[in-house]
Amino acid sequence: MANRINRDQVQHVASLAKLEFTEAQLDAFTPQLDDIIGLFETLSEVDTDNVEATSSVSDQLNVMREDVADNWGQSQALLKNAPDAARGFIKVPAIIDESEDN
Amino acid sequence: MNYFKQDLASLHADLVAKKMSSQELTQATFDNIKATDPKIDAFLALNEDAALEQAAKIDAAGIKDDQPLAGIPVAIKDNIVTKGLTTTAASKILANFKPVYDATATQKLADAQMVTVGKTNLDEFAMGGSTETSAFKQTKNAWDQTKVPGGSSGGSAAAVASGQVVAALGTDTGGSIRQPASFNGVVGMKPTYGRVSRWGLIAFGSSLDQIGPLTRGVKDNATILSAIAGHDDHDLTSSDQAVPDFARDLNDAASVKGLRIGLPKEFLADGVDADVKAAILAAADTYRKLGATVDEVSLPHNKYGVAAYYIIASSEASSNLQRFDGIRYGYRAQDVKNLEDVYVKSRSEGFGDEVKRRIMLGTFSLSAGFYDAYFLKAAKVRTVIINDFKAVLKDHDFIMGPVAPTPAFDLGAELQDPITMYMNDILTIPVNLAGLPGLSLPAGFSHNLPVGMQLIGRPFDESTLYKAGYVFEQNTDFHLQVPTLGGQN
Repeated sequence: MANRINRDQVQHVASLAKLEFTEAQLDAFTPQLDDIIGLFETLSEVDTDNVEATSSVSDQLNVMREDVADNWGQSQALLKNAPDAARGFIKVPAIIDESEDN
Repeated sequence: MNYFKQDLASLHADLVAKKMSSQELTQATFDNIKATDPKIDAFLALNEDAALEQAAKIDAAGIKDDQPLAGIPVAIKDNIVTKGLTTTAASKILANFKPVYDATATQKLADAQMVTVGKTNLDEFAMGGSTETSAFKQTKNAWDQTKVPGGSSGGSAAAVASGQVVAALGTDTGGSIRQPASFNGVVGMKPTYGRVSRWGLIAFGSSLDQIGPLTRGVKDNATILSAIAGHDDHDLTSSDQAVPDFARDLNDAASVKGLRIGLPKEFLADGVDADVKAAILAAADTYRKLGATVDEVSLPHNKYGVAAYYIIASSEASSNLQRFDGIRYGYRAQDVKNLEDVYVKSRSEGFGDEVKRRIMLGTFSLSAGFYDAYFLKAAKVRTVIINDFKAVLKDHDFIMGPVAPTPAFDLGAELQDPITMYMNDILTIPVNLAGLPGLSLPAGFSHNLPVGMQLIGRPFDESTLYKAGYVFEQNTDFHLQVPTLGGQN
């Protein structure tokens, strides 16, 4: 296997992406990602000196509008989609990790 | 009631003449879906009670001549939000998500009084080309249930092809309307970027995504696009260009005489199936006989489209999918001890493998030390690909070629091999990178499976594609052939 990306790097990218993988998943993913990154590297064959990057193909530029709220006042309906809610708030587990608090 | 051979215009005429009511048509649609869906699994959810109630209201108000879509059932791909109707993007992470608003495209169909009958299956978050990455079910090809329906709008394409509905909405980020349309022998339009508002489309690759229609005929497709297109204050990338009545000029006077068509040699290169190649060459001859010229042209950087796309689309996806964090909506993992655990475990348990692969590829391409070599390089190659199209479209009215290198493949055949799956998109992806309109329509058969042709136009010139597609339809019979399924025929 070519080493464009190794297990440690995959692990690092996973932590950036807030994902975790089992050892077996890492075994499967690492060579797959390596192959795909190999495909990505074929782009080096294209001469892009003096070529601007394209980030959008929209024909609209700097569209301005009044900052007026619409379709608001649905907090109760929105809360129905929350995994856990009480008294008009979304509930989450403790934000401070007590295991680190010493 | 058999509406299988009807189109929007004939259904509309029957509704206005009260030969049928919207309630009868809507009920017949549910009966038909229930009879045929066990074979093809196109739908994730049906909207039966609300749809029948809406149909009753439409009947009570009466359907007038100038309401061409009123009372006619439509299916919506399940990554387009529908108020009060569960919208999952075929992901476990959104299994119980009930939107509190409608996407602009679905709102416009509702304003035109179309009746939403249900939500169709897709690859999870529209990431895939076979509808096999759906967390919930495997949709089958309407022509052969051992084959994939294509993807990611596989549910919408199979629903239209099997006659469950006359029209459906899909979404296309790298071919996700055109390729399943091709695999199922129906018509699919990926409009120009900005033609249709993306408000309420669950974002995948925001600089690439477009919503578009799937229908059995070109004219129906044009009618639906006119209904959903236009500027929207909720999507500031949506264009303020006027929206034509795309169907208006699709009549006996429509002609391709004098049109200049480019056929890129790269579109018929190695890897394109012999039957697919033969169908496209025959279509080129059809256009020549009808008075158009077809020249061989070149899109020299076409082959780099797949690599550029998978960097750009994955990068945008990794950013867009950060919102799925288990807090405000969607799946939250159990037994978590702190906030970091909520994020990591909810995402790791909620997303499927293909979605994780793309998030990883995107995060990698954007990460410190790799951004210039991957993301920025891809964004520059995107410019080079756009310039290839500009050069050809300068003196050609549109480009023609296949939609996909092959007809529909076997279920399960490519799921474990991401690169092979990605390469299937080689003929559709460059169109998204350039933001151009692309129309897929039936152009032949290979071993009883449909073969699609793709027409690619100048920005905001969907009209020429519809005209060329309509003329092709009038001179061929591919679109009249329908799968035998559930005894509609």
